[in-house]
Amino acid sequence: MSLLTDLINLNLSDTTQKIIAEYIWIGGSGMDLRSKARTLSGPVSDPSKLPKWNYDGSSTGQAPGEDSEVILYPQAIFKDPFRRGNNILVICDAYTPAGEPIPTNKRAGAAKIFSHPNVVAEVPWYGLEQEYTLLKKDVHWPLGWPTGGFPGPQGPYYCGIGADKAFGRDIVDSHYKACLYAGVNISGINGEVMPGQWEFQVGPSVGISAGDELWVARYILERITEIAGVVVSFDPKPIPGDWNGAGCHTNYSTKSMRNPGGYEIIKKAIDKLGLRHKEHIAAYGEGNERRLTGRHETADINTFLWGVANRGASIRVGRDTEKEGKGYFEDRRPASNMDPYVVTSMIAETTILL
Amino acid sequence: MSLLTDLINLNLSDTTEKIIAEYIWIGGSGMDLRSKARTLSGPVSDPSKLPKWNYDGSSTGQAPGEDSEVILYPQAIFKDPFRRGSNILVICDAYTPAGEPIPTNKRAAAAKIFSHPKVVAEVPWYGLEQEYTLLKKDVHWPLGWPTGGFPGPQGPYYCGIGADKAFGRDIVDSHYKACLYAGVNISGINGEVMPGQWEFQVGPSVGISAGDELWVARYILERITEIAGVVVSFDPKPIPGDWNGAGCHTNYSTKSMRNPGGYEIIKKAIDKLGLRHKEHIAAYGEGNERRLTGRHETADINTFLWGVANRGASIRVGRDTEKEGKGYFEDRRPASNMDPYVVTSMVAETTILL
Repeated sequence: MSLLTDLINLNLSDTTQKIIAEYIWIGGSGMDLRSKARTLSGPVSDPSKLPKWNYDGSSTGQAPGEDSEVILYPQAIFKDPFRRGNNILVICDAYTPAGEPIPTNKRAGAAKIFSHPNVVAEVPWYGLEQEYTLLKKDVHWPLGWPTGGFPGPQGPYYCGIGADKAFGRDIVDSHYKACLYAGVNISGINGEVMPGQWEFQVGPSVGISAGDELWVARYILERITEIAGVVVSFDPKPIPGDWNGAGCHTNYSTKSMRNPGGYEIIKKAIDKLGLRHKEHIAAYGEGNERRLTGRHETADINTFLWGVANRGASIRVGRDTEKEGKGYFEDRRPASNMDPYVVTSMIAETTILL
Repeated sequence: MSLLTDLINLNLSDTTEKIIAEYIWIGGSGMDLRSKARTLSGPVSDPSKLPKWNYDGSSTGQAPGEDSEVILYPQAIFKDPFRRGSNILVICDAYTPAGEPIPTNKRAAAAKIFSHPKVVAEVPWYGLEQEYTLLKKDVHWPLGWPTGGFPGPQGPYYCGIGADKAFGRDIVDSHYKACLYAGVNISGINGEVMPGQWEFQVGPSVGISAGDELWVARYILERITEIAGVVVSFDPKPIPGDWNGAGCHTNYSTKSMRNPGGYEIIKKAIDKLGLRHKEHIAAYGEGNERRLTGRHETADINTFLWGVANRGASIRVGRDTEKEGKGYFEDRRPASNMDPYVVTSMVAETTILL
């Protein structure tokens, strides 16, 4: 279908100043991404210069039919890796016509926390490790697995190569480049322990941009799997039994933690997180109890445990951080389907404001 | 899926200075290659300028879960033939956080031998002839063979052409160009005696770089078979019976051997190897006893035999070397699954240091 590809890849910069902006938002489930496009008269690089828009909230479970308009506020711009040229992706959040964030809008609450002076002063950095599973379309069984059966047990697949160990690398590699092109701060990728499962990392990002970047990275990923005819799953335990789950480990540091004496600040922060373990777990993703079992490199969901280089802990501190007396730590509890606005702001709130 | 291909082939040099570095290491079995990628802020050509990294050794059989971090030290850089642009492949070896090579790290000890002043002075050259077998995915039967059956007996396949004699040439030829692109010193390829079996040669390489180059060539090969949906096997006797095995013949010379009077040095070196036959055989690859039978162009595993132009010998000296009184010799004992760090350093140690 090269004629279709020719049209998709048309470089419009030769014929017009107009650009296409794809407005992206999160739907009523809190995990379903939605988007639609509009033409703008010329290139835009500042979100505040983009027009507000609206969508039919009654079609996404976010508004009643008789009063269906939900307003989109543009928050972050990225280059569009699919349309390229001067075309853009726009991360938005959703408000009522009266200007109130709708209930599923988690960004607004996070933005409040991240603009608190105590939090601003600490310059919180986040590194988010997004794990996900690729599934065959229609049968919803992992890519590379025999349909109706299972592959050999876990062992060879983590960072593995070869047609019998790595399934779907073309999706992963095109996602890596597409995100770099888009301006997302994607820092790496690796094949995961369960076959058909992969991970990418976004960061270090400051404050609210961690959430914006992870959501646009998830958007780009699902658009790519759409092209590939494969389904992406963010379920935290896609296959029950002796198969790893999928998480979104959240690496975190503040200015104080990154400076000399930071290790003590880190230990104090971990203690504060320990006191609010239940509240955090409740906000760390649905279905996480199927994943946090104490096996498969997790800590049991009811246990709060931290340790250096310990992958079976709730919170892991790297050896480098221990050795240098400063650095960052990794909260291993969040599930792959966590909302990064919620998780990043909650960690900042618990460790800085409480 | 040309849209996916467009993304995989995006040339990021137009949009960013950032590059992607694929860090490669050897896993717990000593033959399983692993890799993961990270973003760097700009191009790097000197391995000592690359950051150390770490990986989850508990997922590769190289560390326990409670203390899972294994440190990667970058050792050699090659251009990435898959991502192209300024992106790179990095051959690494693995250390504990305390800085000790982990038990499966064979490069560290080889580097010690190759930095011994006597060895340095002799400028040891290696030419490694890597044989391998291509297998159909899922059934693990050689490519081109009827599933559940056998092709006609060996004879027509060695360097053969034609759809009934050469199976998988697209893999072999893309590997050849990819390696040249990457900067690997690949010196040739040929179809082998057993149908579905091929060989490539790397060299002449000096000292430790022989191992680095062979490992990255193996990595590129398995990444290419992954794309092709075919499995590569380095088993030394993939099919029992009247079918050739797969070796990694190691050609070797020192400065003294390459100079006038070198033939006497060669004979002395071969004698030294003969005295340590059992020790070398033990380090020349697992399963080699199935291959070194005395038939199919091998010498029996318990016999140490050398001869000019003799392919049934443990060590073969070429007619040119005999005629010119200097040159190199070929150790035919190593199996296809040998570790080149072990074999090259052991040959140097036995012939130069003992």
